Order: sequence, then structure tokens, then C-alpha cells
Amino acid sequence: MSVSETAVDLQAATDQPAYGDAVIEGVIGEPSNLIPMLASDSASHNVSGLIFSGLVKYDTDLSVIGDLAESWDISKDGLVITFHLRKGVTWTDGAEFTAEDVMFGYKTIIDEKTPSAYKEDFLQVKKAEVLDKRTFRVTYDKPFAPALTSWTSLVILPKHLLEGKDITKSDLVRNPVGLGHYKLSKWVSGQELVLESNKDYFEGRPYIDRYIYKVIPDPATMFLVLKTGEVDTMGLTPIQYTKQTDNAFFKNNFRKYRYPAFSYTHLAFNQKHPWFSDKRVRQAMSYAIDKNEIVDVVLFGLGSPATGPYVPNTWPYNPNVKKYDYNPEKAKELLKEAGWEDRDGDGILDKDGKPFSFTILTNAGNNLRKNTATIIQSRLEKIGVKVEIRTVEWSTFVNQFIDKKRFEAVLLGWSIGLDADQYDIWHSSKTKEKELNFISFSNPEVDQLLEKGRRTFNLDERKKAYFRIQEILADEVPYIFLYVPDATPIVHARIKGIKPTAIGISYNLPKWYVPKPLQRHTMVP
Amino acid sequence: MLKYLLKRMLEMIPTLFGITLISFFIIHLAPGKPTDALSEMNPKMTPEARERLEKLYNLDKPIIVQYGMWLKRIVKLDFGESFSMDRRPVMQKIWDTKQPLLDRRLFITFMLNLIAMIIILMIAIPIGISSATHQNTLYDKITTTTVFLGFAMPSFWLALLLMMFFGVYLDWLPISGLKSMKYASLPLWGKMLDLGRHLVLPLFVIAFGGLAGDSRYMRSSMLEVIRQDYVTVARAKGLPERTVIYRHAFRNALLPLITLVGLSVPGLIGGSVIFENIFSIPGMGQLFFNGVMTRDYSLIMAILTIGAFLTLIGNLLADIGYMLADPRIRTER
Repeated sequence: MSVSETAVDLQAATDQPAYGDAVIEGVIGEPSNLIPMLASDSASHNVSGLIFSGLVKYDTDLSVIGDLAESWDISKDGLVITFHLRKGVTWTDGAEFTAEDVMFGYKTIIDEKTPSAYKEDFLQVKKAEVLDKRTFRVTYDKPFAPALTSWTSLVILPKHLLEGKDITKSDLVRNPVGLGHYKLSKWVSGQELVLESNKDYFEGRPYIDRYIYKVIPDPATMFLVLKTGEVDTMGLTPIQYTKQTDNAFFKNNFRKYRYPAFSYTHLAFNQKHPWFSDKRVRQAMSYAIDKNEIVDVVLFGLGSPATGPYVPNTWPYNPNVKKYDYNPEKAKELLKEAGWEDRDGDGILDKDGKPFSFTILTNAGNNLRKNTATIIQSRLEKIGVKVEIRTVEWSTFVNQFIDKKRFEAVLLGWSIGLDADQYDIWHSSKTKEKELNFISFSNPEVDQLLEKGRRTFNLDERKKAYFRIQEILADEVPYIFLYVPDATPIVHARIKGIKPTAIGISYNLPKWYVPKPLQRHTMVP
Repeated sequence: MLKYLLKRMLEMIPTLFGITLISFFIIHLAPGKPTDALSEMNPKMTPEARERLEKLYNLDKPIIVQYGMWLKRIVKLDFGESFSMDRRPVMQKIWDTKQPLLDRRLFITFMLNLIAMIIILMIAIPIGISSATHQNTLYDKITTTTVFLGFAMPSFWLALLLMMFFGVYLDWLPISGLKSMKYASLPLWGKMLDLGRHLVLPLFVIAFGGLAGDSRYMRSSMLEVIRQDYVTVARAKGLPERTVIYRHAFRNALLPLITLVGLSVPGLIGGSVIFENIFSIPGMGQLFFNGVMTRDYSLIMAILTIGAFLTLIGNLLADIGYMLADPRIRTER
């Protein structure tokens, strides 16, 4: 099969939405489990996201809108949420969807025998009730702001198929029955997953008949396969986005998209280390690193400098925090104040006879991080700080170094959820082994603000709390927030109806279509 | 002969036991646990949740107890459940009886390597013999250089070059997977053709890389044999050179190669990680690699045990082959 469309063909086609055709996405990893609450890998969540639906979902501006729930009421004290469910929704096997399914999903996720990584949000629920077929009510002990968004596609399960069965051994793990816009029709391990459109989907039948995930473990191969036309969409690396797709072939046949990913990369300092426990040293490091340079060199400009743990242009993001523009002189001054000076003339700062040299630790296999570390190394060398870079295999990295707090500085990234709550990363009670505040950051005001942020549903109050947290983090510099990378998917040009927004392009997948004359894959009988 | 075989097979049991014991402990020495993939760096995962998981998988028990539990299952040929989140029986991952033969991982890797091995032998043996009989000529030098080129060239690099040329530039051959989208709708001959087209590049890459070993082995063993007295005698009798080489020398020169082929049996499932990844071939190499990365103990153990078993069987087959080829060994034993 070759790519034969030309720009002229693509434009000549009438842009009339039509049913049919297939979209083939290249993926590196295969899903492990299609029941959302049991899966932890992004591949599984991407696929099951098309198969299952939640009570609520995020709108393009990150506000919460109804999905299976038509509406909901939150009691004045924020403790009780009552969901009113849609009428006439059916599972893909034809059974009716009711509040009992939500209840069943909730009971399953909090069950001790269910190995789910997501149960903590639901353990906060004090009481769950089915008021009638279409009304479901949950009561919390304390107001819990992330509560509403926890009722997304994670938790709803078909009771009529799973009741009384061991969910982990259920056939549904690989052969799910859902409520979403697609249903699984074929899964060959290591090869492909074929999803077929759910013609009875409650918001209307999706235009694209089949969505196919093709497993291609090697990224270089995947790019070649994209060129041959056997794959319609994949995520591009920065170099593929800027250089390798910048030619007539790709311009004629593909469209590239770009929007900030929900993640950031940072350099984290071990707060227990004597050198980095001094705020001035951490601030000096911030002045000595040029974030713009990192974005330009490592990401080919496909990202933006980060100033805190939130993505720019989302509601918790505070644009007015202290910024550290590249200023090596200022860095040297601060270090001098902290007692670091080159006393023996070897070009490296020293204090109490010890040279300022430390190791940046990062996980192996991530070139973006390794290149970032190299740039930081060269910049810090200019102010007289010697940096070693060490890369370690992921599991070893986490178990032997992060968990045991055996590091001076680590270069890492966080994926951030769409809710603003980051209690587990910044709260001082979360510094034990295996917990996420592994740098041992502790600040009473931040603790208090984190508590406050998750205990109120009032967006303005939450915003105030998270804005203040960002100010403190910017001043304290427990992390140097380096950059927010852009997500850079590419999609074949015959596929129309894609409207990029802050939450990406796939939110309106049911509305994507291929005009009849451009359809390429006919249904296999 | 039968007694010897029986003895050899009984000897295999303690060896296999030893291999699994050592493997089990070494795997558990590696940092990280199967539950890590689920819990590491996951803001939603509390230590309590992690403990619950570890208990669920019996990871809180001492290693020796875990090994005991594993052993108890294994004597019933039950390799257990995968630690990954799908929790499928490991055997089903390796040999999924619900899928057609062509989609089963062990079958894919085994067949691919078997075909490659046959191709390698069919090319390497003649090259080895002719290099030996034309020792130090231009022909010998050219073939030597070529086979070593294949040996030295990184297979992923060669694979990418070929994919770029035959797949993207010329658009002659598919470059990933085993089947095309329209496979299901093709008639039988079309299916075979489709499959064949997908196999050309991977087979070429494996075979090109594997030629050096076997052909050089064949060459040196042939050189050794043709210097021996009985070959000189055969020549002195006035037999034509072809008869001397192919009837008298060949059989003896083949002996070391039999051992080599026997020993490469376990490689039939183990050595496929790189090209299976590059060509997106869903075989054992890919499965094993993912298993190691996620510390999927039961999957790793199953593949290692099968690998160990195949190694022992390969050894046995090599010995039997040796016996058949060389009557002296038969009588000595």
C-alpha cells in the first residue's frame, strides 16, 4: 500500500462528513488490561478510554462536564455529591446502564482483593447509595475537591457481567464490554487491536468505523511505517517534528499538531543534602541554568520554560511567580554569600576545603533527559560547579536511589493529572520511603495550602491556594522547573474534523471523519 | 544406545532443577518488583496500597518459600499467572491456544529462527567447503570478507537501511509485522505470499548475521579433514576431487557443525530481541524483553525454563546426531 493522495486530491474532496474508513495509530507498547481500574500503563488507558465512559469528563477548557451523568448537585458543605444519570444508555452487549453499575464499580475498586492503583480517591468516600435507577449519591467525610473528577471512566463496570466473579480473571480484561464510542473487535497480542465503532453510542455513531492500534515497538521503524502509509497517526519526537517531516511529502499527506503536554521536567535537589539545604545555593543554580537554551536545543523549541508544577494556560497556573532569567553573575554572587568561593584557584568553587561537585542522576533510556543534563553540566561548569551525570536503569533508579534517598540531584519528569491537587508530591507527610516527596521538601505553609486546596470545591479559593504554593516553590526552589514539552502528534491529512485544544486532539474522536472520496480502508467482511 | 539415552535424560532433571533455582534467585536479586510498574511514581499509589499488592502476589514471603511455591506448580507443568496487569496464565502468553498457530509467540519465533537456520546452513556449508578447497585464493578472501561483514554489521542498522530502501524508497516490501491489513480477506495463496513478503527482510537480516559462524566452522573443519591421511589415500587412489571432498571428507567435517547446530537450539527462542523489536514481530524475544523490564517473574521464569529445557534437548540431539554420524562414538559407549 502506498500513499497516493496528492495535495490536489485532498483538497478537491468535498469536506462532507461520511461514515467509514479506519484510522491506524502506531503505538510502542501494547495495553495490558482493558478494565481501566486495573490498568496502570498509558497504552491501556488510551484504548480503554475509547471503550468506557465515566460519569463526568473534562471539557476542552479543563472544566468538568457531564458524560454518563446528565447533571450533579454538590451539597453546600461539599460533602455530598448526587449524580443524575442519562436515560437510555446501553452497554455494548445491549444491557441497560443504571446506577447499580456505578455502585458495582465503586464496590469493586475499594475491594481489598482488587489490585487497583487508583482506589485511594474512593476510600475517601464514607457512604455510597443508589437512590433509584438513575440517581447515585456519594458522601465524603471531609470535603474532597478531586472527588468529582475521580468519577471519570475509571470506575464504572457492567454489573450484569461481573457480579460474583474475580474481576482480575474475568474475560472482560481482554474482551471488554463498555459504554464508549468504540468496542473491541479483535486483539492479537503484540500485533494489533482493532476497535469497531459503537453504532449505538449515546452521543451518536462515530464517523470512523474502525480505530486500529498497530504495535510497533521500535520508534525508528514506526516513523518508516508512517512514511509507507500503513500508519495514519503517531507521536513525533522533536527532531522528527522539526526536521524529518519538513518536506513536501509530509506537507501534502499529513497534518502536524502541537500543544503543551500535561507533564514537566525538573531538576530536584535532595533537601537533606547539606549543600542543597541552603536556599541561596538552589537559587544560584536556577540563575545559572538557561531554560530557553534547553527548550531550544533539546526540544528544538517544541516546549516552553516551566515556572512551577502546572502547565501554562490552565487554571491553576500562576504566571506571576519569581522568575530566574539566565544570570551567571548573580549565581556566583549568591554562591559567594553562601560561602562558596574558588580559594585554591583550580576553577572549582570550594567551601571548608571541599570542591563544589555533585552528580545529577537520571534514568537511562531517555535521551531528552540526558541531553538536558549535559547542557546543565556545561552551564554550571561556567560558574565553577563540577557536575557528573549518571544514568541508571529505571527500576534500579527508583529502588536503589530515589526510594533510599541516595542522590544529590535528580533529573526527572512528572505527568500531571488534570486536577490541580499535588498533595502527594509536596506535602511534608509524604517523605517516607516509596512516597513521592522523595526530596524531603517541607514547608508548613505549603502543607496547609495543600490541605485547603483539596478541601474546597470553590474554584477561586482553590486557585488562591495553588497560586500561593507556586510562589513559595519559586522562592524556595526545591525543584528547578525546567520545561513543559509539547505533545506533537501527526495525523494523515485525509482525516478531517480534528480541532486541537488545550487537552489535545483526541477528545472529539467520534467527530473525526474521512470524506467518501478519500476513504482508504474498506470493511473486511 | 537406549540405555544411554535414558541415562542422559535422567541426568537432565537435576541440571534443570539447578538452572531454575539459580535463575529464580538471580531474578529476585535484580532491584525492583513486578508491582513497581503499577506503583512507581504514581501519585495515586500509597504505601498501604503497595503492601496490599505485594501480599496479593505473595511477594512478601521469603524467596525460598516463593521458589518452593513455584516449584510445586511447575511439576504440574503450571507456569502460573503473569505478574503484569492482565494476569493471564504465562503459558497462554507464550502459546495462546485461542489464536491461530501463526499468531502464537513461541511458534512465530521458533519457525522464524528455524527457517533462518536452514537458510544459513544451506549457504554456509557450501561456502565453508569451497573456501577450504580454494584456501587463500581471491574467492576465499571475498567470501571471508562478506560473511564477516554480516557478522560485524549491527543488525538494527542493517535492518533500518534495508527497510528504508526496500520499504520506503522502492515500496516493494512491507517493513513491519507479519501480515498486512487485508490478510484476512486473502485466499490461501495470497496469505502465503503476504506472509512471505513480510518475512524477506527479517530472514535476510538474521541469516546474513549468522553466516560467519557456521561457514568459518565448516571451513576450518574441512581444512583439518582434508589434511588427514585417509584423504591423501583417497586422492592417491586416483579418485576424482569431487568424490574425495563430498563423499569422504564431507561427512567427517560435518561433525563439529552438528554440535554447533544442536547448541543453537535454545537461541531459537532467546536471541530474537533485537530484530523482533525492529520488525515489530510479536515473538518470544519481544515478550521476554517486556517481561524483564517489568520484572514479570513468572513470565521470565517460564521462558528461562523452556529455554533451559530446549538447551538440554539440543545437547542431547547433538550427541545423537554425532553418534549417527560417527560409528566410533557408538561403539565406545
